[in-house]
Amino acid sequence: MFWQSILGLWLSLVILASFLYMPATQGLGESGRIIVYHVPAAWVAVLAYLMAMVNALGYLRHKDLRFDRQAQVNAELGTVFCILATVTGAIWSRGAWGWYWNWDPRQTSIAVLLMIYAAYFVLRNAVEDPQRRASLAAVYSLLAFLTVPFLVFVVPRVYDSLHPDLINLESRTFAMDKKMLVVFLASLAGFTGLYGWLYNIRLRLENLLHRLESKREVS
Amino acid sequence: MSRRFPWIRQSLVIWHKELRIEFRTRFAYSTLLMFAVTTLITISFSVGGFVPDSDITAALLWIILFFSAMAGLGRTFVQEEEKKTVTALKLAVAPEPVFLGKYFFNVTLLCSLTVLVVPLFLVLLNQSVPQWPPFLVTVILGVLGLAGASTIIAAIVAKAEAKSAMMTILAFPVLVPLLLAAINATRACLAGASGAAPASELYVLLFYNGAVLTASLLLFEYIWNE
Repeated sequence: MFWQSILGLWLSLVILASFLYMPATQGLGESGRIIVYHVPAAWVAVLAYLMAMVNALGYLRHKDLRFDRQAQVNAELGTVFCILATVTGAIWSRGAWGWYWNWDPRQTSIAVLLMIYAAYFVLRNAVEDPQRRASLAAVYSLLAFLTVPFLVFVVPRVYDSLHPDLINLESRTFAMDKKMLVVFLASLAGFTGLYGWLYNIRLRLENLLHRLESKREVS
Repeated sequence: MSRRFPWIRQSLVIWHKELRIEFRTRFAYSTLLMFAVTTLITISFSVGGFVPDSDITAALLWIILFFSAMAGLGRTFVQEEEKKTVTALKLAVAPEPVFLGKYFFNVTLLCSLTVLVVPLFLVLLNQSVPQWPPFLVTVILGVLGLAGASTIIAAIVAKAEAKSAMMTILAFPVLVPLLLAAINATRACLAGASGAAPASELYVLLFYNGAVLTASLLLFEYIWNE
């Protein structure tokens, strides 16, 4: 309970600070405050998907179903945070660009990312045998994730995006107010902690379900 | 050369076997062709005398090719499962030549479809092509990419249940970068002679082909031996 209380307190402080302590952003005004929620959610989604990828490779190498359960949990959490990032992004986009959805390259790539994992879960449901399901899902996620660099790096470079960039590549600077940076980093840490906690609970639940099932098969 | 690269010879044998089976029934090719022609006629019919913008025709062309590929190439590996020939094929050759042979066959199928459908499409929609060379390169690279991604996805689909519906669902997210690049390149080629050749899109298409083919060769073994 100890760590959960700290996490709860930490995130509550981040929420309060994002409205009371942090100044409104230049250019974007009050709507810029969403950066404290949108960017960490996107970061956690990327982190979870990356972990799912590592787990998929682990499964293909060791053929141990434990890795498959980890991959599944990571993909689920990644999708939850990806949806959060998409929704917060759309809300912000309405404020800043006037449209909830206008197929900005960033929106295109996140929509495709969501579709990849939607297809991944459909595939998982379409295979009965656990070993086979694990292999097929691992191969599909690796294959699909391969196309993500094309979307994330190629599409926004080729087509102009209106999405703000925190890091200015040309002058190699990081454009953020000091106060804002503190709140932002605190939120990043809080979200990562939240992910770790959710992951732990989900994985324990999956492991228990697996044990229950194998016991049923024995008796 | 074939002694040093046994994969090439073996995959050509598989390609030949696929062609022979296909010539006996002509099932895949007629599905592919009929699907493409039906869609094309529907589009041409609904568009009527109105000459659509080249922005729209570029998208329509790739929609036709994408869904035809989904309808025709989904059965690449299913027939091996249904006729119980998988085990024999597994005993005969390594996984990679199987993949390559099937890939060559799918490329052959899609190319022979494209040769018919693209001219028909240009004629029916009254579309002129100001930039021929980049247009041909776009179509060839796009069709190669479609065949490559379809082959590996078809291998996954053959091992899953609900096979007919799975193909499109699984293939679309993987193919989005290819389709985006192909549509934009086609759009540039159709737009006018003054426009610049879509070089960056062609690079995307080329690298996409390389990436998908490499990954498929590495990953195919895990699906095939499942």
